[in-house]
Amino acid sequence: MKRLPLAANSIRQSVIRMLVEAKSGHPAGSLGMAEVFTALYFGVLRHDPTNPSWKERDRVVLSNGHICPVLYAALAEAGYFPKEHLLTLRKLGSPLQGHPHVGSLPGIENSSGPLGQGISQAVGMALVGKRENQDWRVYALLGDGELDEGQVWEACLLASKYSLDNLVAIIDRNNIQIDGTSDDVLPLEPLSEKFSSFGWNVVVVDGNNINAVLHAFSMAQSCADKPSVIIANTISGKGVSFMEKKFGWHGKSPNKEEGELALKELAEERKKLEAM
Amino acid sequence: MEGNPTSANLVPDVFAAAVPKKASRDGFGKALAELGEKDQNVWALTADVSESTRTHWFAEKFPGRFVQVGVAEQNLAGVAAGIAACGKKAFISAFAAFSPGRNFDQIRVSVCYSNLNVKIHASHAGLSVGPDGASHQILEDIAMMRALPNMTVLVPCDLEQAKKATIAAAALKTPAYIRTSRENTPVFTTPQTPFEIGKANVYRDAKDVAIFACGLQVFEALKAAEELKKKGIEAAVIDMHSIKPIDRETIVRYAKQCKALVSAEDHQVNGGLGSAIAEVLCELHPAPLVRVGVKDSFGESGNCAELYRKYGIDAAAIAKAAEEAVKLKSSE
Repeated sequence: MKRLPLAANSIRQSVIRMLVEAKSGHPAGSLGMAEVFTALYFGVLRHDPTNPSWKERDRVVLSNGHICPVLYAALAEAGYFPKEHLLTLRKLGSPLQGHPHVGSLPGIENSSGPLGQGISQAVGMALVGKRENQDWRVYALLGDGELDEGQVWEACLLASKYSLDNLVAIIDRNNIQIDGTSDDVLPLEPLSEKFSSFGWNVVVVDGNNINAVLHAFSMAQSCADKPSVIIANTISGKGVSFMEKKFGWHGKSPNKEEGELALKELAEERKKLEAM
Repeated sequence: MEGNPTSANLVPDVFAAAVPKKASRDGFGKALAELGEKDQNVWALTADVSESTRTHWFAEKFPGRFVQVGVAEQNLAGVAAGIAACGKKAFISAFAAFSPGRNFDQIRVSVCYSNLNVKIHASHAGLSVGPDGASHQILEDIAMMRALPNMTVLVPCDLEQAKKATIAAAALKTPAYIRTSRENTPVFTTPQTPFEIGKANVYRDAKDVAIFACGLQVFEALKAAEELKKKGIEAAVIDMHSIKPIDRETIVRYAKQCKALVSAEDHQVNGGLGSAIAEVLCELHPAPLVRVGVKDSFGESGNCAELYRKYGIDAAAIAKAAEEAVKLKSSE
């Protein structure tokens, strides 16, 4: 079962290449979430990359739009569009906007950027699915810093009110945000208890362990009558030693030399994976 | 014909005591319930104000397409965007002070940037909300909404027109803003009065001065025209129910015909109807314009008529502005 770790490695390499070329963007969260996106697009989702507007598809709503490099890389890896397009990220006229825009790129379900907005849209979609007895699901991805936004909790209350068990939220719990650690900027703990007191089923997982992440998704899916949240403990900048756990890499792109170093590390990891 | 109502199919005598007084929010609510009957894709959402916004008539009939989000206007707009992303027509209703007052960012990014089929019904707008005071009297919403790409902005003048505006907005696949009031005011338009988005309604034609008004100021403008007539000034009255798109052709026509213009609205003079008209005039046909609206201040508690008088947006203020506009023309 090295297909998935290899896909995660490819996604990380794409993220680095995109950000070096774009000269701006957000590496830390993008790298840290590579396993979650791999699990989603290569294990969990009911989707068809050749038919992105398929009515029966599962919906992926990226609420923390700034980590879109990992979403774009995963979509390209899954075949939604050619990988060459990734290098146009953030450039004039590109469908790969600095934050996602509906209609610009196949596979994008929501426009995002201002934090807290995606989860509400995911709730709206899940509500339609539930009321119309559809069996597709909605997966909403949020950052932990994003939980500072009050709108998130408005949405959580409503999801619970309407028992949206077709909705799974995934929190990227990397404990970094722009000004520092989330423990310093605005403490979130006890986080699991917050969600469970809001009426959500909570699954906590090592977000950089693909098998554990896949298991967490199946736990979330099997819970009836409640929305589920997967708190994915991740390492920001995962896979690139000099970026790991450093909040300075939240919104700073690697330069060419740093990019080469990062790609070298990732290539070595890939060799090890292939030899396994 | 000059100075007289045109063939706009208004009630026979708009000032008669027999003309029923009702709130424009009722027109929205009736149209919404009608739309719900005809179209299974119509959904309605509210933020704990279903009765006040007249969304409860829809909710009672179609509970399966009604969503009560609680006092959470940011989530209201976001959930509606998600519903619209699934191919539905989502109507959100709340007090204008809170939606779009509080959720501008959600309307901008979740709704307008994605160009989704979400209609924003904002009731209790302007000074007309009265005793609740300044916090609830939003006077900046038209400015905010007309600045947004993809947005249509409608300000109906009475119950009948609110109905038509709601039905016309529903026919669009794009975002629209519908501003209504709580105050009971004369229902002086009729089911036969024309309504077309982007096309102003001329209720009086004249050559001395043209008054462009929206919302409750349309009736005030009709009263002002009667007063002006007594002073020998013939005023045209034009109902600008569509702020965006705005009827540039009618504005320019009256700039040429009257050479003196007045705008009137229950909104700040900055950014609303008056500003929109000034933009058209400056670009296409400069002419003197006197703007009637709230002059860069907050409101206060009081009843609608008292507030309209104190803040200078009633018929008397409009008539005074018209006289000023006429003077500006002759001093040129």
